[in-house]
Amino acid sequence: MSRKQKKTLARIIAAAVVFAVGLVMGIVFPESEGVTSPLFFVRTFSLMAAYLIAGFDVLLKAVWNILHGQVFDENFLMTIASIGAMVIGEYSEGAAVMIFYQVGELFQSVAVGKSRRSISDMMDINPEFANVERDGEVSEVEPDEVQVGDIVVIKPGERVPLDGVVTFGASSLNTAALTGESALREVAEGDEIISGCVNGDGLLKIRVTKLYSDSTVAKILELVENSSANKATTENFITRFARVYTPIVVIAAVLLAVIPTVVIGLTAGEWDWGDWVYRALTFLVVSCPCALVISVPLSYFGGIGGASRHGIMIKGANYLEQLAKAKTFVFDKTGTLTKGSFSVTENHPEGISEKELLSLCAAAEQISNHPIAASVVKAAKANGEIPKAENAREIAGFGVEAEVDGKKISAGNARLMNRIGLEIAEAEAAGTVVYCAVDGIYRGYILVADEIKEQSKTALAELKALGAEKTVMLTGDRKLTAEKVAETIGLDEVRSQLLPDGKVKALEKIYEAKPAKSTLAYVGDGMNDAPSLARADVGIAMGALGSDAAIEAADIVLMNDNIENLPLSVRIARKTRRIVTENIVFALGVKIAVLVLAALGIGNMWLAVFADVGVSVIAIVNAMRCMRISRKKNAHL
Amino acid sequence: MKKTFKLIDLDCANCAAKMEDAIKKIDGVTNATVSFMTQKMTIEADDGKFDDIVKQAVKVCKKVEPDCEIVLK
Repeated sequence: MSRKQKKTLARIIAAAVVFAVGLVMGIVFPESEGVTSPLFFVRTFSLMAAYLIAGFDVLLKAVWNILHGQVFDENFLMTIASIGAMVIGEYSEGAAVMIFYQVGELFQSVAVGKSRRSISDMMDINPEFANVERDGEVSEVEPDEVQVGDIVVIKPGERVPLDGVVTFGASSLNTAALTGESALREVAEGDEIISGCVNGDGLLKIRVTKLYSDSTVAKILELVENSSANKATTENFITRFARVYTPIVVIAAVLLAVIPTVVIGLTAGEWDWGDWVYRALTFLVVSCPCALVISVPLSYFGGIGGASRHGIMIKGANYLEQLAKAKTFVFDKTGTLTKGSFSVTENHPEGISEKELLSLCAAAEQISNHPIAASVVKAAKANGEIPKAENAREIAGFGVEAEVDGKKISAGNARLMNRIGLEIAEAEAAGTVVYCAVDGIYRGYILVADEIKEQSKTALAELKALGAEKTVMLTGDRKLTAEKVAETIGLDEVRSQLLPDGKVKALEKIYEAKPAKSTLAYVGDGMNDAPSLARADVGIAMGALGSDAAIEAADIVLMNDNIENLPLSVRIARKTRRIVTENIVFALGVKIAVLVLAALGIGNMWLAVFADVGVSVIAIVNAMRCMRISRKKNAHL
Repeated sequence: MKKTFKLIDLDCANCAAKMEDAIKKIDGVTNATVSFMTQKMTIEADDGKFDDIVKQAVKVCKKVEPDCEIVLK
């Protein structure tokens, strides 16, 4: 509890004690209810005192706000309601309303403060200090005082304060704070490391490469802190709603007090203001829109906070709202659905074994540093020893030739096979084909392709289960390769052989065809697709660890490379939206019900206070659920 | 220039929005955000008048929410 909250609590307790005195007096000496009784003054005095102790600040604030041109806020409502109760002789109700209102406000403020803190703590990746080594002496300084080129010492267990290059030592870094996954990254001299990671058990010295304000941590923090500035339309709606709602209720209350009394007064000749004024006052108490004004932004904040725990950075509540409505998902291929690195995916030997084919090819390819060759060698090494090759030579544009155990190996493209006089049927495969001949006899081919991420298929399936209507892949790759990938992963559509500027044009077309009232999300790796990220309703960048460009261009950033975080983001967005809707429906529902009861004279002021405060607290507690979401699939949507 | 200030005892989301509106209306302010969630206020304004603008901002915030304290570093 803050100092202010403690003060409020003390006041509430004092007010409650004084109030109890007045209340007990009324029960023990029922005659004190009458104005003629000498005890009446004592009793009224204690109730009034309780009222003022509990509510003087509310009264002052109401006056203050009216003087500053802000009429119709909750202070005003409570002031009118409680003073009104006093005027019609309901002293104990007036005081009770104020005390309960304060209890509720306190509870609300504690709950909100707690929620706010727990979300903020979760997102706290801010390094507190940096151990800078200058002239052989190490001193602790603020991270933003460190200059580029300074040497910073990072002890085991400390957070990396700034981006830099390791100049001494080796250790493993935990990236959990940034990616949401507790993954260890081995680093040694010469490696670049990024701020925000937590050092493992080795002492590191780094040379700082970026000022704190440009560092990864500062970028992420800025992103998260500015996120509450991008308000969702629902949030703006609630603010606007609160602005018109309160005056309407006040006017309704006035009408409720005046019309029936006048009608009854004129028809029956009896002028009884008490009953209808009381109903109108009850009406006022319940009308406060706090539950909505607090819980809706808190829900979005919770959703953003919960997402950040999984390494999903969302730049604003509006994007969360957009993502919840997304039905069309467009993907970039390389680096998003595929790993962006080559590996051997297929092996078709003829007359020899798979292992033989691979190791013969690898033996010849060893001299080449082409990425395709490297992946063949890598695959063969995983399979065992690679035989020694002699007289190896690379024929640019064709492949390689070498001698292994006296046999002549030719490995390369179809043109190489033609060159050595072989007629082969070109393989219909997605990727790059390496054909192999031994002593002029065709021995089969190996397929090298960009590997599909293990999670792509499950992620796509999960998106479908979440109601994605169309999934499209955009790529500059060959048609065959693209279609094979799309088929394996389970995408609805492919647009292949696109030039870089063709991606945005393709995106435009898909955009036009998207279902009404839904949105389009574009998922890319942030390299060369900034225009597409910007064009989509929601631009999502993947694997942004260390890539400033992606962080800047996208609306949502998946810090790690795991595409399963995409359906997870959608689930978080949907859950947040659902909770916001729940809170709006629940709060308005209860309030309207109590308003009706109050108008009919069934509810009393006590019920109204409980309805107002209770609803707020329940809505706040409900909003907090936004930050809790598990990675587990098939959890309810 | 852009600067961020910490706020203490900012305990109502509505007031935060009101403060934000009020600060934005100060002459020379290009942008301002008051975040209830992070309890921080960011002011973006002309360099020359910045200190003066901050003083005015403190004043308007007091007007909206007398209890809220702005930490000026």
